[in-house]
Amino acid sequence: MTKKVSSPEGSLTILDNVNLEVYAGESVAVVGVSGAGKSTLLAMLAGLDEPSAGQVWLNDTEITALDEDGRAVARAEHVGFVFQSFHLIPSLTALENVMLPLELVGRENAAGEALAVLTKVGLSQRKGHYPRQLSAGEKQRVAIARAFVTRPAVLFADEPTGNLDSKTGALIIDLLFDLNQESGTTLILVTHDISMAERCDRTIHIESGRILDPAVA
Amino acid sequence: MLILRLALKTLARDWKSGELLILMLAIVVAVAALTAVAFFTDRISQAVNRQASEALAADLSLQSTAPLQQNYSLAAQAAGLETASVVSMASVVFAGEGNTLANVRAVSDRYPLRGRMKIADGLLLPARTTDAIPAPGEAWASTRLLARLGADVGGIIEVGTARLRLGQVLTYRPDRGMQFIEIAPSLLINAADLDATGLIQPGSRVRYLLLFAGDRAQVRRFKVELQEMLGDGERLRDIADVGPQISSAMDRAQRFLNLSALVSVFLAAVAVAMAARRYVSRRLDTVALMKCLGAKQGLILRVSIIQLLLMSGIAGLLGVLFGYAAQAGLSFIMRDLIGGELPPPGWKPVFLGLATSVSVLTGFALPGFMQLGRTPPLRVLRHDMGPPPLRYTVSYGAAMASMLLVLWWVVGDAGLLIRIAIGSIIAMMILLGAGWLLVRMLGGIRGAAGVAWRYGLANISRRGRDSAIQVVAFGLSLMVLLLLTVVRNDLMDLWRSSLPADAANRFLINIQPDEVSGVDDFLVSRGLERLEFVPIVRARMTAINRVPLRERDFAGAVGRQRASRDANLSWASTLAGGNQVVAGRWWGEAVPESPEISVERRYAEDLQLELGDILSFDVAGETVSATVTSFRTIEWDSFKPNFFIVFSPGLLEPYPATYISSFYAGEGQGADILDLVRRYPSITVIDIDAIMSQVRGVMDKAALAVQSVFLFTLFAGLMVLLATIQATRDQRLYEAAILRTLGAKRRQILLGVATEFSVIGLLAGGLAASGASLAGWFLAESQFQLEYHFDPVLWLTGLIAGMTIVGLTGTLATRSVLNHPPVHTLRQG
Repeated sequence: MTKKVSSPEGSLTILDNVNLEVYAGESVAVVGVSGAGKSTLLAMLAGLDEPSAGQVWLNDTEITALDEDGRAVARAEHVGFVFQSFHLIPSLTALENVMLPLELVGRENAAGEALAVLTKVGLSQRKGHYPRQLSAGEKQRVAIARAFVTRPAVLFADEPTGNLDSKTGALIIDLLFDLNQESGTTLILVTHDISMAERCDRTIHIESGRILDPAVA
Repeated sequence: MLILRLALKTLARDWKSGELLILMLAIVVAVAALTAVAFFTDRISQAVNRQASEALAADLSLQSTAPLQQNYSLAAQAAGLETASVVSMASVVFAGEGNTLANVRAVSDRYPLRGRMKIADGLLLPARTTDAIPAPGEAWASTRLLARLGADVGGIIEVGTARLRLGQVLTYRPDRGMQFIEIAPSLLINAADLDATGLIQPGSRVRYLLLFAGDRAQVRRFKVELQEMLGDGERLRDIADVGPQISSAMDRAQRFLNLSALVSVFLAAVAVAMAARRYVSRRLDTVALMKCLGAKQGLILRVSIIQLLLMSGIAGLLGVLFGYAAQAGLSFIMRDLIGGELPPPGWKPVFLGLATSVSVLTGFALPGFMQLGRTPPLRVLRHDMGPPPLRYTVSYGAAMASMLLVLWWVVGDAGLLIRIAIGSIIAMMILLGAGWLLVRMLGGIRGAAGVAWRYGLANISRRGRDSAIQVVAFGLSLMVLLLLTVVRNDLMDLWRSSLPADAANRFLINIQPDEVSGVDDFLVSRGLERLEFVPIVRARMTAINRVPLRERDFAGAVGRQRASRDANLSWASTLAGGNQVVAGRWWGEAVPESPEISVERRYAEDLQLELGDILSFDVAGETVSATVTSFRTIEWDSFKPNFFIVFSPGLLEPYPATYISSFYAGEGQGADILDLVRRYPSITVIDIDAIMSQVRGVMDKAALAVQSVFLFTLFAGLMVLLATIQATRDQRLYEAAILRTLGAKRRQILLGVATEFSVIGLLAGGLAASGASLAGWFLAESQFQLEYHFDPVLWLTGLIAGMTIVGLTGTLATRSVLNHPPVHTLRQG
């Protein structure tokens, strides 16, 4: 898969002929310096963006062949996200934020399921709080609950501890890996943090839009 | 359910955070402006419609300047109709020390045949309906008449040579019409007292009315019968004749007020567009996240549409409420002119308000909202990603369509709609061009003062387009307000000062030929110079070039109306002062061999007359004809007796005439005029000063009503200002943070902001003053032939008002930016 964008200086190649296969239940860390193409790779894999050339398959579905709405359905059914800056919806409470992905796929007992996951991340007491009333660590726990509530086949995490202090970050990582193991989700984790990458089954190094040979890395 | 909950939740939160305030307020202003006018005009039209059905006080009314033959009444009775009679004339009446011109109406039993009068036992006492008429020896005076006379029920009123007891206050009579200027308030007397007043003399201006009523079929049959019997100078009117006249005048007034309100709607819509732009940009992150979590574009769109509908419903209803309150204010301002109670408004304005709200939001906010659905989900990872920019054709097309829709509802006439639309677009382009030029010119004086000044001016130039919009939004509303206040007064003063100090201020009419020398001697004995008495012969035009009027095609309704009205003819050998022949020639001292006519130019244009045309008139039952040999212009404001139609001497002399004269009465001469009227009761004195002040009073009130409508425009201008401030808030926060990090004091930044908005206000004031001056100059020079002078007050008012309003509001609205700790902003940035 290749991704090129046009810029004032001409065409820029962000991802250059990347080939990657991730197996069900596997956890993969994507590491590399800023601007290496980590986030672009994640966007392609999750169907947030389209490659200029090549295909992306997600759970036997070629998402590159789908339109915007089709990819949205695929994401709703198979994918969960955890972001560096949490991305909670400010107008919804913690519980409502967790319920949202369930509601988008039309699940009936959204509130009950959401509360169960929120309890798992230790925030059942704060279900009625709005994001602005939560600490950074709590926000990320709500985001993790939201990511797992649909039992996604694949979880994408983009620098999930980037906005947290190291102590809270460590707790969040523990939570993320625990839940991942418990639910058997495939995890694709973009990070700078080598120690976090080491907890994954596999690490992919990316540099200037290319995946480095594991032997070289 | 999810969609509704999401829509409600987001709206509630955005409302709490103040994001929606400007958007909603702008809609409220637009709807309030339009519905205030709609409620008000709805009430007036209802009152007019209700009155129109009673306006004749009968089903059919026969009118003449000569006494009506008995056989009409007999025929009506034979046809099974009811009849009543009214004889009306103008006369000065007296009560104690007071005196004033009154419309004396002598009525017979059973008057009015349709509608009922209302009377009260005294001024300020509650009114009741009545079926009676004044008993012989008694008179009922209207509230205004009593007020002018300083009299009340129980007093004695002198009408000509009769002394009558004031029996009741006449608070309403169905046939009084919707007259904004009532030169002569009414006095109702019994027909039996008419002779005793001695007011009817040969040639006096008297109207004789015979009223008929009955069931519809009878009236229709009788109307046909009556039309066969009609003599010259006798006019038959039924409701269908009266209704359209009133409603066409009403339609015009209504349209004008509605168009005034539409200026506010347009400005408010600009504010809506700006506020919506900001609102959409603030929601991009949430939408991107929802899409990332699997929300389809359709869901986002539905949420947006529900939000817009909710907003337009809430803001629309609030606007309607404010509009309702404002119409109460308008009705209060106009209460004297309307006279009497107005019926409560109907529901139509409520629908108009809600439709306006939906239309403005759809046209000015929906395109932006629809773009939200196209936000790429990738924005969750890359904050610089946004929806593709809206195509100009879509955004401007939707805005234009929504404005045209509202305009169509209000105007309801395709031709007018197109003219207004094109006119508005041109006016807007000129104004925006002027605003943009003013903003550009600022660049040159940027380095003139300190940091705050430079920072303020730099802000204006950098946001050039927004600054120009602000200048125009305020300039426009200020311009209209200046035009209605300062320029209107200037023109009035200019006109008054253009009149000679001794211009006549009293007219004497209805002077009998045998009274002329007596009146002249009397006034000379009281220190006045000898007056010029001009003869008047009452006549009716019957034919042009031997073709009867009813067979002639008139291009406009005005021509037919003018021709069919009673004409006042006069004759003269010399051209009167203030008259100028513009075509043909004046007959001069020598009496021409065949009779000639000189016609006033505009009158001739309305009747499509040409030199050489032969006009025929019915004068006292005989036909007289003469040839048009000249057209004249007349300086009407010389206040001298002047006539549309003047004959050469010779032809009219044998016919019964009355005389008319005018003179200047000094302040101390009131008593002399009273003496004159007591001595010659059939003479009518018309006080020009009193009429002028009445006209001025009406104009003041009408102007005040229009000004109140334009106050909404000022509010709408404020909304534009606040919306642009809101739109630039993040930018301002960031700049203020940088400046403060670099060491700028809070005061310096505040000064910069104050400079920015004060200068925008100054520009708006300047634009307003120049526009208003230009309009004043145009009106003075081309419409009123007056020499317009530069008015420093106009400029001072414009500049100071602009600077104060915009400067203060802008600075206050931006102040919160300075209270935001810079460190927060920089961290977020």
